[in-house]
Amino acid sequence: MLTEGEIRTFIDGTTHYFETSARQAASVGSPYLVTDGKPGAYEFTGIIAISGARRGVVYFSAPRGMLSVLLMRMQETDSSEDTIKDLVGEVANTISGNARRDFGKNFLISVPTVIAREVEKVTVPHAKSYVIPINWRTHSAKLVVCLE
Amino acid sequence: MSLRPASAHTTLKLMIVDDSNLIRRRIERSQQIERLEVVGSASNGREAVDLFRRVRPDVVTMDLTMPEMDGIECVEELVALNPEVLILVVSALADKATAVEAIEKGANGFLCKPFTDRQLNEALEELLAEA
Repeated sequence: MLTEGEIRTFIDGTTHYFETSARQAASVGSPYLVTDGKPGAYEFTGIIAISGARRGVVYFSAPRGMLSVLLMRMQETDSSEDTIKDLVGEVANTISGNARRDFGKNFLISVPTVIAREVEKVTVPHAKSYVIPINWRTHSAKLVVCLE
Repeated sequence: MSLRPASAHTTLKLMIVDDSNLIRRRIERSQQIERLEVVGSASNGREAVDLFRRVRPDVVTMDLTMPEMDGIECVEELVALNPEVLILVVSALADKATAVEAIEKGANGFLCKPFTDRQLNEALEELLAEA
């Protein structure tokens, strides 16, 4: 389970990512708790495994449309599938890595695993996850935090 | 042999290390330092050490979380090969302990992801001021 302050760390990391990388703020909806082990996913998902002081996963999931526009905002001209997958993994990696500012050095993060389209393969290790809804331009995405 | 440049106007060779191709291209595209010339890039620490031996860069941007060999271990190896190399760690790992460890292993600066073009160039300028 996460404390309110810990959820705030991930919200701040998400807003900071969009403000800095896309130079355009994202709005974050109210985080909610999912208890059935199925927090859901969009077309592309970047997953970071967490070990050390905490165990679980953090994932960022978004539709291709959002990721393509995000690439354009980053002045990236290549919007191939490989680059989209690279981006979704990098977003997950950056938000998770930034969380170490509050969680500390023993919040160990893996390199990203990326799942494209096969949303049924996006799974979490525990029944309870927090979902942070993200709205940016006309697109919706989500950050899912599932930690022991 | 020292790779440290003789003057502030000498062209310096830059190597970019990051497991994200997107970030490698971003750094190459965004860096506006006239006297820096990108001579190669690597996607993990092991590749970086091999490339370093071949191209002998003066300056390296170094990610930390990478497969094969992570950035901290790679910093140690590069500094062992050339103690004069200037290394800017560019990482999402935002805790102070990691930044301190990277500096202790031989890195010269630390830039936290995500970064703006301006932040990247300021960090590189600051790094080169040591040259």
